[in-house]
Amino acid sequence: MKRTVFRNRWLPYALVAPQLVVTIVFFFWPAFDSLRLSLYRASPFGDRLIFIGSGNFARLLGDPAYFRSVATSFAFSLVVTFVGLALALLLASLANARIRGLAVYRTLLLWPYGIAPAVAGVIWLFVFHPSFGVLPYVLSFVTAYQFNWFLKGWVALTLIVVAAIWKQFGYNLAFYLAGLQAIPGSVLEAASVDGADPIRKFFAITFPLLSPVTFFLFTLNMTFSFFDTFGLVHAVTQGGPGDATSILVYRAWKDGFDGLQLGYSAAQSVILMLLVVALTAVQFRYAEKKVTY
Amino acid sequence: MKRSLVIVLVAVAMLVAGFPSTSVAATEIQFWHAMTAVLGDRVNDIATKFNASQTDYVVKAVHKGSYPETLNAAIAAYRAKQPPHIVQVFEVGTQTMLSSGAVYPVYQLMKDNTIAIDWNDLIGPVKSYYSSGGNLYSMAFNSSTPILYYNKDLFKKAGLPDKAPATWDEVEAMAKKLQAAGVKCPFGSAWPSWVLVENMHAYHDQPFADRSNGFDGLATVLRINGPFGVTMMELLARGSKEGWFTYGGRLNKAEALMGAGECGIFTTSSAYLGNLTRASEGKFTWGTGFLPRLAGFPQGNSIIGGATLWVMKGARPEEYKGVAQFFKYLASTENQAWWAGVTGYLPLTNAAAKAMEASGHYAKNPHQKTAVNQMNSGKTTPNSQGIRLGNFNSVRDAIEEQMENIFSGNKTPKQGLDDAVARANEILKEFAALYK
Repeated sequence: MKRTVFRNRWLPYALVAPQLVVTIVFFFWPAFDSLRLSLYRASPFGDRLIFIGSGNFARLLGDPAYFRSVATSFAFSLVVTFVGLALALLLASLANARIRGLAVYRTLLLWPYGIAPAVAGVIWLFVFHPSFGVLPYVLSFVTAYQFNWFLKGWVALTLIVVAAIWKQFGYNLAFYLAGLQAIPGSVLEAASVDGADPIRKFFAITFPLLSPVTFFLFTLNMTFSFFDTFGLVHAVTQGGPGDATSILVYRAWKDGFDGLQLGYSAAQSVILMLLVVALTAVQFRYAEKKVTY
Repeated sequence: MKRSLVIVLVAVAMLVAGFPSTSVAATEIQFWHAMTAVLGDRVNDIATKFNASQTDYVVKAVHKGSYPETLNAAIAAYRAKQPPHIVQVFEVGTQTMLSSGAVYPVYQLMKDNTIAIDWNDLIGPVKSYYSSGGNLYSMAFNSSTPILYYNKDLFKKAGLPDKAPATWDEVEAMAKKLQAAGVKCPFGSAWPSWVLVENMHAYHDQPFADRSNGFDGLATVLRINGPFGVTMMELLARGSKEGWFTYGGRLNKAEALMGAGECGIFTTSSAYLGNLTRASEGKFTWGTGFLPRLAGFPQGNSIIGGATLWVMKGARPEEYKGVAQFFKYLASTENQAWWAGVTGYLPLTNAAAKAMEASGHYAKNPHQKTAVNQMNSGKTTPNSQGIRLGNFNSVRDAIEEQMENIFSGNKTPKQGLDDAVARANEILKEFAALYK
């Protein structure tokens, strides 16, 4: 990598200062505040602040519902990430082919990304709605099974998984398309000359060459499904039925801002923060070694 | 960064400089509320009319989102030492407000400003719910109680008489007939915990929580897993399994089913009257009735929901004078009757109820009378004066979570209620530990 040399000693610091200020004010400050608050039992209006040390954490770790929420979050994030990336890659490969009206298809496929998670949730809510949704109506011709996500946890979870994948789809597709177009045609031609079929070409050449993109998208999608899906859950299931869709970020919000148990909520966000830091660290430590730039 | 800082400073300076010119003439009073749509317009009407009635004060009605969002906004503002003068808080937040130390009790406010209001004219349930030690802490504003609605067209289709079911046995029998006639949602209910658990306990004079539902001190134990609670849940679980009870989601989500004309029998707030009138116009006809009773349990009364207006500490005496004037204006019989009439909320004073009767309002809008009659026919006991719990919103979540587990058949009624109680007790103890 090329090293840039600044003549003025202070200029580089001045240049990074705005980003640092934003990071400190909007990330480090609230993060440390959460850390502090997580050690207290705090009243909503701030008139009572009782130090209880690890009390909030003990309450969480002694609660089977919290571990269910951890499990739901990981299952949700992994499914959204893997299925989402696989679908995006498949459609990107198709959209990369030379077909008529390609620009139109590409634009249409990118569209969902412009939609807020909550809106995406509401769109799928209408598709899945037990009384006026299209999907239950169509399925009612096939089976007598009631796909009522007000009561059936797995249907509710499927609903938010589908909505999350759909919402993130355009973004993943855009990166894969760009990645595909950066693969030199000569390499693929050489493989064709050697007699490789399309599937072989994909797994031997295209996929490895896309690994930086996949790695980037993997990290990003995991983070997206851990945090940004809050609006989706809030708009559609509110964590229910039971606690079937109560993912960690939603739980932390609900206990804090709906239930006004601020210290307890802060403890949850601290755990959430540690989980995501650990996840990202693991990804960079191990997964990145397998990535060829 | 520096430049944007300068811009911000200039903007702040302009705001600060701009304020005196607008507020010299009249003292501004911030009124944060959670009313939407038609109800929001009516709140604006109140502010406009009050502002036109005098020149010393200007009430600014500001919509701050849902009830929890409005409460959160007020909490954040209080912590930043910029609280609104008046904030509308839903009944679930009552204990939070009482314990907060951040409120200026309404009885005190009126006394300090030497404005006499006959609080004894307030209807009993409202007065008891929002009083502490016999003194009213927040200004009654919008109160409702759950009632029963039924779809007359679907009743006709199922060959049922045009009459609301009076007992749960009748609900079951009628719902089964509706189901047999192909009705998609024979019986449904909105606000699952509020209507089917909280109100059903009060309506049958059963305790919901210890210490008289939190009226004699902070409650730490829920009582909903007793014989009454279990019987009630067994009935609903059976209905869900057999298909004559359709669970339509938390909060008021199920109202969409009733509004679409899919439900035969439905229980929800009396404040749903306006929306149902609009939703059903030209599509179907409906009637109302009292909440159904469960045989073998005593008579209590239904409890109220809705919200009241709380005055926050931290403002200047002359501003509080304006708040007191505004409340005096609100409390007038004329305004009370107007507000209840245009919104469908309960008239909060006996005088207003009489005025509405006298003006023929109830003759023209008989369904608005159902809730009033239901409350008048009930018996106010320690179990039916209301429910006052700390962290009540979380407690409600814990109950509704388990109701879903019961209705889906994942848990038996007893198991689900036991689990809800265990979780709720933990939440209640947290609150009690905070204010011990």
